[in-house]
Amino acid sequence: MSILVNKDTKVVVQGITGKEGSFHAIQCKNYGTQVVAGVTPGKEGIDVDGIPVFNTVENAVKNTKANCSLIFVPPPFAADAIVEAADAGIELIICITEGIPVKDMIPVKYYLKKNYPNTKLIGPNCPGAITPDEAKVGIMPGHIFKKGNVGIVSRSGTLTYEAAFQLSNLGIGQSSAIGIGGDPVHGLSHKDVIALFNEDEETKAILMIGEIGGTSEEEAAEYIASNVKKPVFAYIAGITAPPGKRMGHAGAIISGGKGTADSKMKALKEAGVTVIENPAFIGKVIADAIS
Amino acid sequence: MKLHEHQSKELLKKYGLPIPEGYAAFNIKEAKEAAQALGGYPLVVKAQIHCGARGKAGGVKIVKSDEELEIFSESILGKVLKTVQCPSGKLVSRLLIEKATPIEKEFYLSITLDRSNSKILVMASKEGGMEIEELSKEKPDAIIKEYVDPALGIMPYQARKLSFELGLNPSLFGKIVTKLYQAYMDLDASLVEINPLVLTKDGNIVLLDAKIEIDDNAAFRHKDIEELEDITQIDPLEVEAKKYGLNYIKLDGNIGCMVNGAGLAMTTMDIIKLAGGAPANFLDVGGGASVEQISNAFRILTSDENVKAVFINIFGGILRCDRLAQGLIEAAKIVNVKIPVVVRLEGTNVEEGRKLLKESGLNFESALDMWDGAQKAIKLAQ
Repeated sequence: MSILVNKDTKVVVQGITGKEGSFHAIQCKNYGTQVVAGVTPGKEGIDVDGIPVFNTVENAVKNTKANCSLIFVPPPFAADAIVEAADAGIELIICITEGIPVKDMIPVKYYLKKNYPNTKLIGPNCPGAITPDEAKVGIMPGHIFKKGNVGIVSRSGTLTYEAAFQLSNLGIGQSSAIGIGGDPVHGLSHKDVIALFNEDEETKAILMIGEIGGTSEEEAAEYIASNVKKPVFAYIAGITAPPGKRMGHAGAIISGGKGTADSKMKALKEAGVTVIENPAFIGKVIADAIS
Repeated sequence: MKLHEHQSKELLKKYGLPIPEGYAAFNIKEAKEAAQALGGYPLVVKAQIHCGARGKAGGVKIVKSDEELEIFSESILGKVLKTVQCPSGKLVSRLLIEKATPIEKEFYLSITLDRSNSKILVMASKEGGMEIEELSKEKPDAIIKEYVDPALGIMPYQARKLSFELGLNPSLFGKIVTKLYQAYMDLDASLVEINPLVLTKDGNIVLLDAKIEIDDNAAFRHKDIEELEDITQIDPLEVEAKKYGLNYIKLDGNIGCMVNGAGLAMTTMDIIKLAGGAPANFLDVGGGASVEQISNAFRILTSDENVKAVFINIFGGILRCDRLAQGLIEAAKIVNVKIPVVVRLEGTNVEEGRKLLKESGLNFESALDMWDGAQKAIKLAQ
């Protein structure tokens, strides 16, 4: 097992004829992912490297039985794309798009929660999800991941790669790696993904990568303390970030004295999590602890 | 994006919100004209900077004559005003001249996003004038909170409830809350803060101060508001970086950082600190990292005089290390970097990338990993 994506996942790529969409659709397909359809309104009938393109997600689902959507639609239209996927019956929606206004995301989040309680949204502004050797549904470089038993959940793309690379180099593989994204309003939280890893038999240890801003890491800590028996490791970025400054990700900002790296690390330590202080040794600390 | 008080007030006025009559002035002549248009003294003169706690820092003054107006304006225009919130200060390039309001009592009112539940939160308090951070620490019970349902918007009963709790006339204050929420939504704001909102001696309610921040991601549908941005309030290097699609934030240290990806960029700052150094900046060159971007990044980093060494930390994913190395080499030739540079390159095609850097003739120090890179950069900066 693994979580969220596997060899049976059938992916439809929304925004497949765009520069990013077509590049990554092909990369995912080459990794071995079943990329069964693409959607670009008005372009039904053409194909992208053999992937058939449809006008609507509904048509794509009807014709290809797609059950997961990967979204590259530009920010002004991305909220619409998420709702279209949900309405077409897609139960896993992964939105890569960066720069969606918060005002657009709030109603979408509540619409999904109310109407499709089983539908999972990952992102927006995230690298996606990967289960090594089975499926890559996102923009991560597939070859740095290795099949194994460490589950990774992270807000940041490059830090996920960094951690996976360190682990793989030490011979430690990953069950799945999930990038939940750096926006203030997003789908699955650290806690949600940790709960999935907790239930997954293949996952023997969990690595959580957080950063300053928000309270997602604190909520995860609370959940871990009372629910998770597997070893959990965490790294939090942003010890040196000054308050009130947005560090790239719209969510990465310390405001009102909340969301500091110190408060997050404290909450995690109290929950029994091994907090890794030096990001150069994420792989080494985990390797030493589990092998 | 942050707006000035006078800009925020002008936007809120359009919603029929009660704002004191006033005008912005960029020089003494305009200040005098504003005074004339307002029909006499006393007037309040407020320095316009993107920072709070102006009053205590001497940025706000009640003036009673042309002479007092001129003396105060002269003393503050063009100066850097330091407050407890901005110890390094902000340039005062404009003033807001307003009619003085006779204050009976001060309140706090704000609208923002609560990220823990993705809902819009309206906060109010009888403790006006205090900073909300202080208030939440010292008197958390004094803050009244109402969450807005995304499908319904703020409901009249919620606005009434806030009025009763604050002891304000519900028909007056209720309308203010509803209109302020409307403005928050229309403007794609991430913060609307009225501190203080005041009850006047004659029983009216007035928004005495106003602070609006706009969601940067929504700028594409607010071109008119984008034009209001006052770049004198932002570090010039940050303004320059933005032009080239670089995400740069200046800090106080001496190790310049160049990194791809926001998370790794934050981590690079942290690891420099962990190794005993101090980062000079946050810089995310993005996933593309073209020659143009890298050369501009070099230029911006090295134009900060505090920077004594540069640490480049790149993880090549989809974008391969050999292409990144070529970019670095070309960029370094264009910019002619004179200070020590440490490069940590990792990821796809890393061997080819390292080889290119070694054979380039450039005096780049190469690092084995992040930790090694941070240590080398700190040593070279000494």
